Amino acid sequence: MLAAIGAKTVDDLYGDVPKSALNAKIDLPAHKGELEVERMMGAMAAKNRAAGAGPFFVGCGAYKHHVPATVDHIIQRSEFLTSYTPYQPEIAQGTLQYLFEFQTQIAALTGMEVANASMYDGSTACAEAALMARRVTKRGRVVLSGALHPHYAATTRTNVELLGDKVVQLPIDTGATEDLAAAIDGETSCVIVQTPDVFGNVRDLSALAKECQAKGALLVAVVTEIMSLGAVKSPGEMGADIVVGEGQSIGNGLNFGGPYVGFFATREKLIRQTPGRYCGMTVDADGKRGFVLTLSTREQHIRRDKATSNICTNSGLCALAFTVHMTLLGEAGLRRVAMLNHEAACKTADALSSVKGVSVLTKSYFNEFTVRLPKNATGIVEKLAAEGVLAGVPGERLWPHDKDAHDLLIVAATECVTDADIEALRSNLERAL
Amino acid sequence: MTMNKEGRPTRGDAATADVVTFTGNKALQIEESLSFEKDAFASTGVDFPAPSGKHDRLGAMKRAGAIGLPGLSEPEAMRHFVRLSQKNYAIDMGPFPLGSCTMKHNPRLNEKMARLPGFGDVHPLQPESTVQGALELIDTLAHWLMELTGMPAVAMSPKAGAHGELCGMMTIKAALDAKGEGHRTRVLAPESAHGTNPATAAQCGFSVDAIPADETGRVDLAAFRAKLGPDVAAIMVTNPNTCGLFERDIKAIADAVHAVGGYFYCDGANFNAIAGKVRPGDLGVDAMHINLHKTFSTPHGGGGPGSGPVVLSAALAPFAPVPYVVKEGGKYHLVETRRAAKAEGEGTAGGRITAFNGQMGMFVRALAYMLSHGGDGVRQASEDAVLNANYILARLKKEMSPAFAGYCMHEALFNDDFLKDTGVDTLDFAKAMIDEGYHPMTMYFPLVVHGAMLIEPTESESKEELDLFCDALLDLARRAKAGESARFKASPMLSPRRRLDETAAARKPVLRWTPELGARAAE
Repeated sequence: MLAAIGAKTVDDLYGDVPKSALNAKIDLPAHKGELEVERMMGAMAAKNRAAGAGPFFVGCGAYKHHVPATVDHIIQRSEFLTSYTPYQPEIAQGTLQYLFEFQTQIAALTGMEVANASMYDGSTACAEAALMARRVTKRGRVVLSGALHPHYAATTRTNVELLGDKVVQLPIDTGATEDLAAAIDGETSCVIVQTPDVFGNVRDLSALAKECQAKGALLVAVVTEIMSLGAVKSPGEMGADIVVGEGQSIGNGLNFGGPYVGFFATREKLIRQTPGRYCGMTVDADGKRGFVLTLSTREQHIRRDKATSNICTNSGLCALAFTVHMTLLGEAGLRRVAMLNHEAACKTADALSSVKGVSVLTKSYFNEFTVRLPKNATGIVEKLAAEGVLAGVPGERLWPHDKDAHDLLIVAATECVTDADIEALRSNLERAL
Repeated sequence: MTMNKEGRPTRGDAATADVVTFTGNKALQIEESLSFEKDAFASTGVDFPAPSGKHDRLGAMKRAGAIGLPGLSEPEAMRHFVRLSQKNYAIDMGPFPLGSCTMKHNPRLNEKMARLPGFGDVHPLQPESTVQGALELIDTLAHWLMELTGMPAVAMSPKAGAHGELCGMMTIKAALDAKGEGHRTRVLAPESAHGTNPATAAQCGFSVDAIPADETGRVDLAAFRAKLGPDVAAIMVTNPNTCGLFERDIKAIADAVHAVGGYFYCDGANFNAIAGKVRPGDLGVDAMHINLHKTFSTPHGGGGPGSGPVVLSAALAPFAPVPYVVKEGGKYHLVETRRAAKAEGEGTAGGRITAFNGQMGMFVRALAYMLSHGGDGVRQASEDAVLNANYILARLKKEMSPAFAGYCMHEALFNDDFLKDTGVDTLDFAKAMIDEGYHPMTMYFPLVVHGAMLIEPTESESKEELDLFCDALLDLARRAKAGESARFKASPMLSPRRRLDETAAARKPVLRWTPELGARAAE
């Protein structure tokens, strides 16, 4: 090959690299065979407690659900796993059609008119919603609910402040009693509120939607547990302008935080201001129906510094996992599994409320609720973890600077939780307190 | 004639007419409707016990009315998605020479490792004591990335390349703000840059000033120097650049931008050409993202997920976002909040850029790739990728027109001079490749080359595969020159769909299925 190229050595091909920088000494181990790599990585994996290894009640934006075996098989098919962004639609109809189905599923679940073909995750989708509200309203002030997931709040703040805009963060609100409408002024681009919120409260956004509309701000609803939409009224029905969130619960594993699949849904009239990719329906030269990426004049590869977002790679394969799982569930299966989640949470809350010193703060919730413990929850969670019970997320983990939150424990219960798990949590908590 | 063992002829008569089938199927190509068109709105393919009905604390918030989601049984769903899959081209089927996108083989060991319950079934908010192995993995991968780049720090949480750019540029902005240099608002970026570069700079509140390319396809040094000034925050340079060339003046560029007080952001999208050969830290880079889904072979999955860790200089490291992993007293610790007085995110531009810990699933795959290859294998992969690209360049220049003289790095760039007066353009040429069984190369990018065709073979292709690919492209080039433009204009003819009407799709967007759409289709 070198002869055909007309070079003596491969290093001749690197002739433009400054001599002093070429072939620097790199101190890394040599290649290894599959068996040895499996041993090394297996040893690391074995040091972690898997969610499925025992009673598990951790949530707050990532949830342990049962994913049918079909899902993982489909997403490992070479034609999906090893394909690229469908820029050549004639040979990417498989990807494009499932993206079209994904967009339809998300729109239906959120109660919105349109949804894009995915974002990185819920938190970055939330930040993008704030940036979009800025473009739509030409205003520079974002109001964040005191019950928005703190990671989402921080991610949004980072992005918004880069452009010099203001962020108003309401104080921690465990009981869904905050007055968000009062925080809206003439400069407010959007109000961002989560439902079910980070404490688990299911929120009625209808009145807030009207206030936002009256004051010219957009209502951004965040859903970090998309399975809730099988049981709870959708933000679209309540009048949200943008609905964003995390789709991990359907089809995707916990993966220690990623990759997940963010979703972004809105009203049709706002579509030109949205971030991300869309798949649209069209016809080919023979008049046959087909799908293409569309509305790309908003995107970075066309619009460069005037693009609505810099996003390029998104969460295609995670969106496929979502689509396959959702297609297996259907509305009937989704409603059923959603109610199983709700029942598990109700049973768990009832069990914990019987423990002395524990008070359940959340009244109306889907599969997650908050309890106040008589002491700092971090130590209790550690104690229970040592007993093999992962009890939930202690308040200090999410609000390290807010001492009032340190006694809080946020507990999630999904369809994976058994009665024995609930009893293990109850009895261990009783002993630990 | 071919005979089977019973002596019956097995080969039919040749037919030239287009075959029209009753089903619309073409043998292995099965037409597949949308799941929403299957009349399955009341069914499900998942078997769960019925809820007891004893608990309901949703009250008026309970969802009423149909959601409108079909449910397919397992065999129905399997067929649905398998049929769809067969309408896709994939790297596992053949060469996928998308320049700048780096479609290399995805080893299946990496998939297996990512599915170990100790990695795949671990929650990001579990107590640290229960995730020591996960933190160790992140720390180990960080070590590899720092060693390969010669940089002292790395931010692991960016979700993809563009997100890494955002992270890096935010970090630069935070560092400037800390020095009281908020007046630096201009970012320089070559015209040949990926669209994400200017989009990212704008998203950080910077203005973007484009630098032209010189006649060798590299940054025009004179134009670059003329643009330097006290308001320059940074320069964003891809190296090797999007023309597939190493910026030979890279150190001079770094020195010049540093001399005026700006930072050097390197777009590491093409790190796969130099990994193990050249350390960006030796070239004066302050920040660079690495696309794990390119260089370290985590699957592209039809458009994602990616992962874009950013290596940082010592000066920028303090402004990296949370979270990050540290090792203290033999234990790994996840720092989720800055130790500084300010609460997380409050006014610190480098606060947090995503929930949780980054793309762990991709970290596992990338580390499995690195451990398998070793430092020596990573270097060889880079060398092989560059060798393969130069082989293509050498073979194709007989009929096609290279955009620039000399060797290339990991991708070979051609312009459309060789198609002049043939009536065939770059798009037609690319679409004709589809009928030959190839995914087209990157077209019309970079923007600085007319009718650009950017071919990146990666190290995954054998010489035999490269030769067939080159023979096929040479044949197409000769046909174009021989006046067969009609064939090119009509291509692709053999793919599951022929050219699709993108103008119509954008003019009247149909972005979801609706019952009305279904009714219209039925008419």
